[in-house]
Amino acid sequence: MIQAALIFAAGCYAIALLLNLWRIAVGPDAADRILALDTMVINVIALLVLYGVWRGTAMYFEAAMLIAMVGFVSTVAYCRFLLRGDIIE
Amino acid sequence: MFVFIAEFLIAIALVVSGVFGFVGAYGLIKLQDTVQRLHAPTKATTLGVGGVLIASIIFFYLDKGYVSVHELLISLFLFLTAPITANFIAKTYMARNLQPRELPDCAGDYGWSIYDDPPSSRPDN
Repeated sequence: MIQAALIFAAGCYAIALLLNLWRIAVGPDAADRILALDTMVINVIALLVLYGVWRGTAMYFEAAMLIAMVGFVSTVAYCRFLLRGDIIE
Repeated sequence: MFVFIAEFLIAIALVVSGVFGFVGAYGLIKLQDTVQRLHAPTKATTLGVGGVLIASIIFFYLDKGYVSVHELLISLFLFLTAPITANFIAKTYMARNLQPRELPDCAGDYGWSIYDDPPSSRPDN
């Protein structure tokens, strides 16, 4: 039962990643692309946690935590750059 | 019996979170405007990741016998940062696509922070 639910959830997040990739390719604004990249980061975190449950190991939580932090910082850096023309003023 | 109920809860959380993640990405495709598109990923996808982390908490409690704090940390971090990123992306969209005269008057003393410098950096202070 858990295996089937894992496969279903991983498939959902894989399709979601493809849709986000489509939004990055189409645009039309830079804010859309930043939003799609941020959503991709969140979906990758979900996929990593799902893989950790699949393998039965707690090793992937540190990776998910690091990806969450780096994704947040990169999104804020993109937005700061577009807002002010500089990241650290 | 307890194991069956726990596995059932894990499966339900996983399916619900997968549906939420898919709905978030589908809204990112389907909605018309950038500011409308901001709604789908920041709410639905964050909720979906929350479901995955709940399933992971129950699974590792069943498997190892203790509650892991890592998932709680990840979900707390995501739930804290999702509104901040949404706010930043909305500000970016406003700064690039909207003029100050299209916006309603803000009731404060200094105007919109996107278009005007903060008051402490002005030369007359």
